[in-house]
Amino acid sequence: MPGLGDIIRESQIWKSIFRHPMPVDRRNRIVVVLTNFFLHLHPVSVKKQGIALSYTWCMGGVTFFLFLVETVTGVLLMFYYRPTVEWAYTDIQMLRDVHSLGILREIHRWGAHAMVITVWLHMYRVFLTGSYKPPREFNWVVGVFLLLLTLLLSFTGYLLPWDQLAVWAITVGSNMARATPVIGHEGPGQQLLTLGGVDMITNASDARFALLGAREVGEETLNRFYILHCIAIPLGVALLLAIHFWRVRKDGGISGPL
Amino acid sequence: MTHGLTDGQFFSMVASFLGPYYLALALMNGLAALYLWRSGQLKTWFSLPVPGLGKVAITNSAGWLLLATMFAILGAIAGSGWVSMLALPEGLRDAINQGTGPVVYSLGTTAMLVLLYLFRSFFVKPVVAWTIWNLMWLFLGLSMTDSDFYEIVAKPDNVPIVMLVFLLAFFTWLGTARAVENDDRIARGEPPLEKLDDEKVLVWPDLVYIELICMIALMAFLIFWAIALPAPLEEAANQAKTPNPSKAPWYFLGLQEMLVYYDPWMAGVVLPSMIVAGLMAIPYLDFNKKGNGYYTIKERPFSYTVFQFGFLEMWITLIVLGTLLRGPNWNFFGPYEHWDAHKVEALINVYLSDLWWKDLLGMSPPVAAAGSSTLTQIGYIIYREWLGIVLVLGYFIVLPPIMALTVFRSFYQRMGFVRFMVMTNLLLFMASLPIKMVLRWVFNLKYLITIPEYFLNF
Repeated sequence: MPGLGDIIRESQIWKSIFRHPMPVDRRNRIVVVLTNFFLHLHPVSVKKQGIALSYTWCMGGVTFFLFLVETVTGVLLMFYYRPTVEWAYTDIQMLRDVHSLGILREIHRWGAHAMVITVWLHMYRVFLTGSYKPPREFNWVVGVFLLLLTLLLSFTGYLLPWDQLAVWAITVGSNMARATPVIGHEGPGQQLLTLGGVDMITNASDARFALLGAREVGEETLNRFYILHCIAIPLGVALLLAIHFWRVRKDGGISGPL
Repeated sequence: MTHGLTDGQFFSMVASFLGPYYLALALMNGLAALYLWRSGQLKTWFSLPVPGLGKVAITNSAGWLLLATMFAILGAIAGSGWVSMLALPEGLRDAINQGTGPVVYSLGTTAMLVLLYLFRSFFVKPVVAWTIWNLMWLFLGLSMTDSDFYEIVAKPDNVPIVMLVFLLAFFTWLGTARAVENDDRIARGEPPLEKLDDEKVLVWPDLVYIELICMIALMAFLIFWAIALPAPLEEAANQAKTPNPSKAPWYFLGLQEMLVYYDPWMAGVVLPSMIVAGLMAIPYLDFNKKGNGYYTIKERPFSYTVFQFGFLEMWITLIVLGTLLRGPNWNFFGPYEHWDAHKVEALINVYLSDLWWKDLLGMSPPVAAAGSSTLTQIGYIIYREWLGIVLVLGYFIVLPPIMALTVFRSFYQRMGFVRFMVMTNLLLFMASLPIKMVLRWVFNLKYLITIPEYFLNF
């Protein structure tokens, strides 16, 4: 008498999804990694020392998992949030007080903070083990870009609740851009770009204006940061992540002594 | 927040936090004792003569169990509401407040990190590290009963920094312990730990199960954090109402702290770009082939110390300073000091060109005649600021060749001209921060070059 599990595993539907028996013997443990889309990121086998927790700290994987958590909670939050000065703050208030979504925003916010920390710890481990050395130089560079994008993701998201904390943190953070050399209106050399005696670099045309979309943090900034936060930067991260993982495989597999 | 809370209300709020806090610490030490006992790593610290029983060996396991009991008692005291018994003495807190400032903080953290580095083989010993770890938690627990300390540290967005400090302490210990062990092994002619065993294991199940357990543990932790601590939501945005202090998100507060020593174009634009460029340059500058894929310090002392100086000493300590110790008007406040917006600190700004023209030569700085051409004006400005310009250009242009001929002679020969120049300039930019800090503390010197006409202050 076959059990329910056997009936399911013998069904055409199951077999069309998983084209091999359960991974309980050596052959099928190899086949599962080779044929499963989500697992094919991995090689079939890894160095035992390389996956020891006290060696690798798991922080790269944790960061990636946090990125997935942020993506899922972020999409759910987008259902309830309108990025306009009129609605942004009240929508967040509603999320806190009215919609019974519980801890969704908390998971998103604390996950974002945690992601910044785990990226740093991942970088710290890679440095301490010298894993950026040849042949992995370029992947370290990709990693630095990912670090930068993680910080920008967190920074752009910081504005969205549109409360005092958000607006002034972004104001202070973006005020620096007005001092950009040559292209900031209070930066060294901003006088260099003039046309017929008229300054080209003003507070309505400089680097800070490009960042904020306005002279001050306002409606345009909110829209701009929302699009950067929800679309542009995540796409960039996804692309670089793909390259990062691909290069781990191509540059000799996970880190370990050569 | 503690605004408007009476002492009694504040203490009962802290008690509800400290009770579980100390119990968790008791559990942590209890588990450590259990682990040492079960894994047969017992060590006898000393023997205690007990009447009737003879000598009783006090093992490490018993020691940590005793500590666990003490934490459990602290938890019981806190849970019973006698929080004021668990506070640091008022006099000590005052002394810490009075005794700290940006100078003491910066020099103190530097001295601490140097000591940790020099005596690392002592500090990585499990018993030493575990003692320090417990002391850190105890210090945090005792400090939480101070309402001013609590208000800053328990601010929802500051909690990640506390976590960061503890995580960095742990992982720095872990990495250093392995590096110390590897260095000893290499000195004895043995391979590092990581090379002992080149066995390979199948990803399924050995790796995918680790990944699965990590995901579940992390999700559990995130859910716990999210339930315990609501996300902050302050009043609606108001452009007319500037909070004091206004702070960037915490991970940028090291940069905001640099504004004390640099103009925004340096602190906010040039130096962050240099940090990013410098990080990307690391693999192309580090020509040392050793230490690839295993923890070591002795095989790469230069790259290790430079990185730790930049990461732990400058990036992390400045973030902690900027977040926890900088209050209204960006004044420094001790850890137990009330953030008083009316605290006045004498701010004296000294400019190098003033020192030269006014104080040394006793004359007013040269000024171009009104209505003169731009070129003449620039000429006068350069004349006025010549000393600072010479010093700064000398620092960035003259020092690298001198280094190539002296301290970094072998580096220069191995790296070649371009790579060497990139490395020394990155190092000099990094070193300019502590130099400017010291100049500021000792001479109140704000700028070496002061050209407000062109927003070019350095």
